[in-house]
Amino acid sequence: MRHIISVLLENEPGALSRVVGLFSQRNFNIETLTVAPTDDGTLSRLTVTTLGSDRVVEQITKQLNKLIDVVKVVDLTEGDHIERELMMIKLKASSSSARDEITRTAEIFRGQVIDATPNTFTVQLVGSSDKLDAFINALNGVTLMEVVRSGVSGIARGEKVLSL
Amino acid sequence: MELLSGAEMVIRALRDEGVKHIYGYPGGALLHVYDAIFQQDEVEHVLVRHEQAATHMADAYARATGKAGVALVTSGPGATNAVTGIATAYMDSIPMVVITGQVMSFLIGEDAFQETDMVGISRPVVKHSFSVQRPEDIPTIIKKAFHIAQTGRPGPVVVDIPKDMTTPTERYEYEYPKNVKMRSYNPVSRGHSGQIKKAVELLLGAKRPVIYTGGGIIMGNAHEELTELARSLNYPVTNTLMGLGGYPGTDRQFVGMLGMHGSYEANMAMHHADVVLAIGARFDDRVTNGVDKFCPTAKIIHVDIDPASISKTVTADIPIVGPARDIIKEMIQLVKGAKNQPDAEANKLWWQQIEEWRARHGGRYTINEDGLMKPQQVIEMLSKVTGGDAFVCSDVGQHQMFAAQYYKFNKPNRWINSGGLGTMGFGLPAAMGVKMNFPDADVACVTGEGSIQMNIQELSTCKQYDLPVKVICLNNQSLGMVRQWQDMNYESRHSQSYMKSLPDFCKLVESYGHVGMKVDKFADLEGAMTEAFAMKDRLVFMDIAVDPFEHVYPMQVPRGAMRDMWLSKTERT
Repeated sequence: MRHIISVLLENEPGALSRVVGLFSQRNFNIETLTVAPTDDGTLSRLTVTTLGSDRVVEQITKQLNKLIDVVKVVDLTEGDHIERELMMIKLKASSSSARDEITRTAEIFRGQVIDATPNTFTVQLVGSSDKLDAFINALNGVTLMEVVRSGVSGIARGEKVLSL
Repeated sequence: MELLSGAEMVIRALRDEGVKHIYGYPGGALLHVYDAIFQQDEVEHVLVRHEQAATHMADAYARATGKAGVALVTSGPGATNAVTGIATAYMDSIPMVVITGQVMSFLIGEDAFQETDMVGISRPVVKHSFSVQRPEDIPTIIKKAFHIAQTGRPGPVVVDIPKDMTTPTERYEYEYPKNVKMRSYNPVSRGHSGQIKKAVELLLGAKRPVIYTGGGIIMGNAHEELTELARSLNYPVTNTLMGLGGYPGTDRQFVGMLGMHGSYEANMAMHHADVVLAIGARFDDRVTNGVDKFCPTAKIIHVDIDPASISKTVTADIPIVGPARDIIKEMIQLVKGAKNQPDAEANKLWWQQIEEWRARHGGRYTINEDGLMKPQQVIEMLSKVTGGDAFVCSDVGQHQMFAAQYYKFNKPNRWINSGGLGTMGFGLPAAMGVKMNFPDADVACVTGEGSIQMNIQELSTCKQYDLPVKVICLNNQSLGMVRQWQDMNYESRHSQSYMKSLPDFCKLVESYGHVGMKVDKFADLEGAMTEAFAMKDRLVFMDIAVDPFEHVYPMQVPRGAMRDMWLSKTERT
């Protein structure tokens, strides 16, 4: 099953490599990984999506907790949560039919064209990973030139927070 | 407040932490630190001949005392040579602080002379590591390093110090912190009372219980409590390789080591148990054998300081996270106050069954009529000559298993071996580390002609620091454990397991200024060994010829259940 694990990490040199190293060392899978400092400059928030049985995910959270630089760990998929991923996608848009198709599909998915040249459109899209996949599949007959995705960020619904 | 250079702060902080010895080897990146060592006499530096030995000495000190040992090695090759020792300590949860020199901070990443990314290389085998970025942080970092190494589930910590952090001319205010608080590191300090209560209820209702304990009893200083609990219940106790000495080895309730080379009775008892109380053990693959067939009828109570050890390989029915000692104490109180006491009739039947098993194999082996010694005989003699009271520091291989099986450890911290990593070359430096700190105790290094040659250069360190350890070399002229597996699984194709061109060990040790003894007849063994241990101020190397064809038994059948064992070359359960 797919899990979204959120980690509060000391914003120290080498902290990220400990987390990434742990995954490869213990043969855990990483689907996506995002990391950035939080409002508190001493802390980073890291989100990792992983595939694994409950047993494996339990080990992942326990092993993450053991890392000295890790302050808190939560498996967001255990409760109600929101996940978002940002995608920028560059598409071949040299014909008017392609330009129409891209604009129409982007509208349906609430994406925006953020850059355009005579031959290309770059679309920005935010949503769950499934929605981003669906957008790519929906582009009928359009040539994909480049896809860049941020990886998943997640947050719990309601009053539950991951903080110190 | 005093002004000290970074180099002086390193040594002063170690002194303030109560460190008496540091084991190390100098080099370019550490020259400032070595100069600071020269100018004081409170912390003694022990110069080894290879950095791996420094880490093993520090490690063995920790195994014998429970306190973190300290190794000091230079950057580059010094640091990489230390990695095996760090990994050895990591796998066995041994507290250790390893200080590594590093090239100057402005050279890092430029492939400078003797540069290596030590924090990176050691990352998978440390509990934590620090890289010093500012000299004034050195006291706090060293305090944190000891705190992390020695609390919770212990482990090695690396402190990497670039040379320019130790410049003698740059001085900073020095104060060694009394306490250290880290928001991201708070080991569990007590077990969950509700879980402990449930565990005791399950224990008291057991008909075929086994108490299975590991290194956590030794490092958690819980041997007295374990003994009290086991005796109050009259339940059988088995120890892992790392847990030997956690329960008295000569006690009636002790059924021996369990696992791959565990005793017949311990493995049979585990297989048939209805309740297993595991404390400070981690259900390692060398213990469980085929994990899907492990203890098919048992409910499992698992006590461990590390939550990640619980339900990692075997699911615990009652998990309890916390320090072994306090949890066992609480269990003792609950057992005392309980209305239901163990079923006496069931207990009697269980012991009858265990005694039957014990009688069936009981660690027997056949003695050669032609006089070629069996390695088991040598270990039994060692046990006899030292009164079962020596520190036994083992290398890795058949001799290690024979020592674990046939030396009866009645005290904790006396059996010093590389259990998890299985590091050949560990034994001699380990014995040195122990001898240095327990100069009046008998310290034996049980080794083979293979293992000893992996760190034999340390005979020189023994001479320099006057470390009269006794090396008991079971010489079977082959890598015995490899050979055993080749016999059992590869139709005796002895690929690279035969040691040709062995040195004359007696002459070799004599050239280092020690005493060599060659023994090839059992009739001479007792006299020679007694004489060796009577030479209190000399290192004696006993080169003992043993049967090269002997195997370690019992041996579990790979991927089978606990009860599936070879009991001899021809007999299987």
